[in-house]
This record gives sequence, C-alpha cells and structure tokens, in this order.
Amino acid sequence: MIDVEAAKLAIEKSKTKEVVDFANDMVRDHEAVNVQALDLVKKLKVTPEDNATSQALSKAAEAERAKLAKLEGAAFDKAYVANEVAYHKQVNGALETLLIPSAENAGLKSLLETGLKIFQGHQQHAEHVAGMLK
Amino acid sequence: MKAGMLIRSLAGALALALVASPALAATIEVTIDKLVFTPANIQAKVGDTIEWVNKDAFAHTATVKGGWEVMIPPKSKRRITLKKVEAVDYFCRFHPNMKGHLDVAP
Repeated sequence: MIDVEAAKLAIEKSKTKEVVDFANDMVRDHEAVNVQALDLVKKLKVTPEDNATSQALSKAAEAERAKLAKLEGAAFDKAYVANEVAYHKQVNGALETLLIPSAENAGLKSLLETGLKIFQGHQQHAEHVAGMLK
Repeated sequence: MKAGMLIRSLAGALALALVASPALAATIEVTIDKLVFTPANIQAKVGDTIEWVNKDAFAHTATVKGGWEVMIPPKSKRRITLKKVEAVDYFCRFHPNMKGHLDVAP
C-alpha cells in the first residue's frame, strides 16, 4: 500500500518516461497483489494484524515518502528508484527468511511465494531503471 | 487383389500427407502461471504461431532485447506468427526474472 503511494508521487512529480512507466507498473502490480490478498483474507475469514515486520516496513516507507516529497527533478528520480530497489530488497528478505517459512496455510504460502517472484521482478526492474538514470 | 488396392490407396494417402505437411503451421502454446513461462524453451518453424496464455492476475510481456515485444494483459491470450529464422532469449519487461528462449528454424 505504501509502495503504491510512493509510485503515485512519482507519477505526479517525475518528468522521466522510464520512471513514470516503472511507477505505473508498480501501481498496477501492487494493486493486483492487494486484491489477491484481500480475497484470501475474506476466504480464510481472518483479520490481518500488524506485527513488528509490517510496522518496521511501514515506518521506513513513510519516512522515505516524506523525504521524496521534498525532492525535484533528477534528484527525485534517483532517490525514488534507489528507494524502490532498497524497499523491494527488504520486502523480499522478509518474505524469504520469515513470512514464507512461517506461513502454515497453503493458500497464504502460495500467495506469498507468488508475491516474492513479483517483487524479485520489481527489484530487477528497479535496478534496470536505476542503471538507465546514471 | 483387394489387399493390394488397400495398400496402394494407403500409400497414396500417405504421400499426400507428406506433401501437404510442410504447409501445415503449428500453434505452440506457452502458459504463464505464477510468473513462469512453460515451456521455457520453444523449438518452432517459420510460419508457426506462438500463443502465450497468461493465467496470472498480472500483466506480462514477452520482450526480446532490441527486438519485438508482445504485451499479454492479465488473464488473456496473445499470439504472434513467426516470420523469420532467429534464436532469441526473451523476458518479461515488468518482471525481468521471467525468462524464455525461442528457436525458429526455416
């Protein structure tokens, strides 16, 4: 969700086609992941709870967004894309080492595994865009 | 006598099939499920059609660096007809960890 907000900021602020395209891809994929997650929550009749991992991720992302909001032009592009690389790295680390191994429900495990592949893809895509900005 | 005629007509049908077969182009289906192209390696011929079937809720592409690109929206199918001999690696531009390979023979 937080990642979608950073992307929306990029769509608004960036003048670089590659950055805006990337941000649009992020909005589209993350919203699709969210729809799948909400469907699963409904199916399992569970209530998602905050935990230390999700809180740390949210807090870091909010701080980053505040920082990005103050930047313009090339400085914004660079900071946004670098943050996307770092953010996806962090999320993928959490998925691999913590969230997937501790998921007991098969549906949840499968969604997290698909999420990991999606976000590994986003990390590579972000790294590619970062390379183009240099 | 009867058996001889049967064999002759079978041979005739077979010859016809052999002559006709080079014109028959194949359609090769590539499934995209959970960010994986299956099969990952395709052997095809010029004139064949590749059809990508995207089962994911995510948009994907089949992109050849410096070459062609096919956009495959969520839950949809897209096809191309192969027009030239080539051996190319392709990937999804949105998720570059998705990879495939295509060999097109004459």
